[in-house]
Amino acid sequence: MSFLLGQQMTGGYGAADILHDCTIGVERGEIAVIVGPNGAGKSTAMKAVFGMMPLRHGQVLFDGEDVSGLRPEERVKKGMGFVPQTHNVFTSMSVEENLEMGAFIRDDNIQDSIAQVYDLFPILKQKRRQPAGELSGGQRQQVAVGRALMTHPKVLMLDEPTAGVSPIVMDELFDRIIEIARLDVAILMVEQNAKQALEIADTGYVLVQGHNKFTDSGEALLANPEVRRAFLGGV
Amino acid sequence: MDVLNVITLLGNFLIVPGLTYGSQLALGALGVTLVYGVLRFSNFAHGETMAFGAMITILVTWLLQASEISIQPLPTALLAMPVGIAVTVLFTLGMDRLVYRYHRERKASPVIFLIVSIGVMFFMGGLIRFIIGPGDQIFFDGTRFILKAREFKETTGLNEGLSLKMTQAVTIVTAIVIVALLFWFLNHTRTGKSMRAYSDNENLALLSGINPNKVVLITWVLVAALATVAGTLYGLDKSFKPFVYMQLLLPIFASAIVGGVGNPLGAIAGGYIIAFSELILTFAYKRVVLYLAPEGTEIDSLVQFLGTDYKIAVSFIILVIVLIIRPTGLFRGKTL
Repeated sequence: MSFLLGQQMTGGYGAADILHDCTIGVERGEIAVIVGPNGAGKSTAMKAVFGMMPLRHGQVLFDGEDVSGLRPEERVKKGMGFVPQTHNVFTSMSVEENLEMGAFIRDDNIQDSIAQVYDLFPILKQKRRQPAGELSGGQRQQVAVGRALMTHPKVLMLDEPTAGVSPIVMDELFDRIIEIARLDVAILMVEQNAKQALEIADTGYVLVQGHNKFTDSGEALLANPEVRRAFLGGV
Repeated sequence: MDVLNVITLLGNFLIVPGLTYGSQLALGALGVTLVYGVLRFSNFAHGETMAFGAMITILVTWLLQASEISIQPLPTALLAMPVGIAVTVLFTLGMDRLVYRYHRERKASPVIFLIVSIGVMFFMGGLIRFIIGPGDQIFFDGTRFILKAREFKETTGLNEGLSLKMTQAVTIVTAIVIVALLFWFLNHTRTGKSMRAYSDNENLALLSGINPNKVVLITWVLVAALATVAGTLYGLDKSFKPFVYMQLLLPIFASAIVGGVGNPLGAIAGGYIIAFSELILTFAYKRVVLYLAPEGTEIDSLVQFLGTDYKIAVSFIILVIVLIIRPTGLFRGKTL
């Protein structure tokens, strides 16, 4: 059983369900990527795992424990970290203050964690006193990821971390995400840039209309002609 | 010599009163801005909160005066103010518990909050009139002047005198201390930063484990303290009359909005802008002109832009102009 597992999740925001019997899981030190067409329920699946959307059926298991009943902030305390797609930094606060707020639930010394984030994203160290709202899109995403890392999560969930950034910055961000996974963190992310994301994925989930359409290793999905034709833009 | 006289004249009637009134407005506007930044509504009960805090301070002052406790040459009210703050904090928290919390839990729109706060305003206004009455209350004691106009004239040999009332000095100094403390709190303490974070991005603050109830509590404590200080200083400087505090609401809101509502720095700047605009536009420049004009000039009018009766209109006009030209205010408000 996976370290983090959203099992047979069914649910939606209103009367109609968006997710239908959808299962998503990730192991420590591995990267799982959710891809699929627009409106497939990728972000919704992510939110369901994090407790931001009620489930009608199914459950979320974290490190063998059923966390389905916990609120998002309680899941943070358990060791889950979440980087929302938008509005994911405190724009009026400095980079360093963003990191401090990320560690708000911790009572111990956070200087080491801040230093770790600066090691991972050296540019942030230079910009530590600057308001996060004044940074470029890619730097902002780094702040957002850094903020979520401040609690030393065992699982890091990223909702489209490369949305709106240039291809060069995207490669850079993916490199950092691989580095984070090497620290024995489980990474679950939703990606629009399906091809590039599957290249770094240990496991890939292709969702269509809230169903698991394909589930396989990233390599196998990239090699699967049906997936290539329907979701990766041909050839 | 004439130029020195003009400077003294302006100093005495424009600059010192402007700084005093501006400090009072700034403290008031800070309270409005904090409520807006964190709780996201325009608190119309803020004027009455100031009156309430001032009222408690007055009652305690009378008690102290009756038992002959004083801190000469400073006004006794300063000694009574901590009690006033404490009672106002409790009252405000009670109001939040009984009134605002219900709407917060239902995620009511800001308009509902605004209307609710108007209800609270009328309730508090009535309560204050029940307790202390609608009339003027004088509670100032201690030394009246730090610098007397007559002494100033004698030492400098100028025609014009510069005076500095104790209340003016107390107001300006207290405002500086309070503002410095507030900014230190917001920028350098964990709790203060969490307040700014909550004001900046509520959802992300919740995700970071910031407790919204605690943020709301701290906000009300700060607001009640600021309101009490502002109300007491205003009452000391002018006089305490419940009705006046309701009228103060307009210049206070104008200050907050001109500076950028939700931005503490803006609230302070806005306070001084409104105060100086009111004074500059309603000041009678006759004597200034007489000093500067050639000898023997006679002027019939007071040389005033606006009569003092129109004082309140000044903040209203500035408010309208700002809302048309730069609705976000000078400092681009919205977050703490």
